[in-house]
Amino acid sequence: MQFDSWQAFINMGGYGIYVWSSFAGTFLCLGLLALEATWRRSILVREATKQAARAERILRARAAKKQAARKN
Amino acid sequence: MWRWLHPYAKPEATFALNQKLIPWFAIPGLVLVIVSFVWGLAFAPPDYQQGESYRIIFVHVPSAMWAMGFYVGMAIAGVIALVWQIRTAELAILAIAPVGAVLTFISLFTGAIWGQPMWGTWWVWDARLTAQLILLFLYLGVMALYVAFEDERAGAKAASILAIVGVINIPIIHYSVYWWNTLHQKSTVTRAITRLEAPSIAPEMLWPLLVSILAMLLVCAALVLMRLNNEILRREIHRPWALQHLGISFATTDGEQSGKQENKKDQKGGADAV
Repeated sequence: MQFDSWQAFINMGGYGIYVWSSFAGTFLCLGLLALEATWRRSILVREATKQAARAERILRARAAKKQAARKN
Repeated sequence: MWRWLHPYAKPEATFALNQKLIPWFAIPGLVLVIVSFVWGLAFAPPDYQQGESYRIIFVHVPSAMWAMGFYVGMAIAGVIALVWQIRTAELAILAIAPVGAVLTFISLFTGAIWGQPMWGTWWVWDARLTAQLILLFLYLGVMALYVAFEDERAGAKAASILAIVGVINIPIIHYSVYWWNTLHQKSTVTRAITRLEAPSIAPEMLWPLLVSILAMLLVCAALVLMRLNNEILRREIHRPWALQHLGISFATTDGEQSGKQENKKDQKGGADAV
């Protein structure tokens, strides 16, 4: 351990603002990339579910129509 | 020799492989990120000239290195997309470019923050810095060109060509500190490989740096694979395998399909293979 106290660790020999902002910026950028990827995936899942439900509705309606025509 | 590679031209094979690989990159990557940053920030000794400010190296060098590395990877995907017309390689360009652009941005951003206390300026039009800025524009150009066409595959082709041509910038970035008299310091790590010189850095600093380079690679590889799978999924979302993977199945759709198959079987006398 190179630092005697938390204070010294945060201060980084007077360069604290530079060191911590570059580390924070790196984490932020990579974190946003990861968030974007998971968010995109959840949108895809939602859309696919919606579309599958729509396809199901259409097929059910078609089947009902066919049955009605057969009865007549 | 390359037979084993052939099934992966099929998007769903690549998707399944990526899905398996992502945790193997992400988990060790995150662990090594924590290890290397704690090591670099708290345990590595201070620099005799730059004091504690040099600790920016543990994000600056890995991001700059992989900004170039991922560019080469993207260009290789471009060659595969142009020569063998493999769809997944085109999508790989789309998956890699934003990650590479972010890495390039991180290297420029942390470099500016490092430059302020050490050089007294955020930015100079130094050869290394300018070449790295061009790398950022190349990444952005590839991303823009990809989506600039009505036909997506035409865009992919144009982006592949730009990616391949842009590779010329990679050796320029690397050798800029030797070819020109730059403010940017000479390479610390890669000169051991490219110049056969001993690394000009104490082992107590070199080891956390090497770990941070590996950590950045693993994390960004996981991000690229996640993005690639999203791109594959977006284009294959209507395929049965994609719906099956997402756990979406509906009774009536299944019933209709199996009904159709039964009809076919009746017509062909049951010889139809599903």
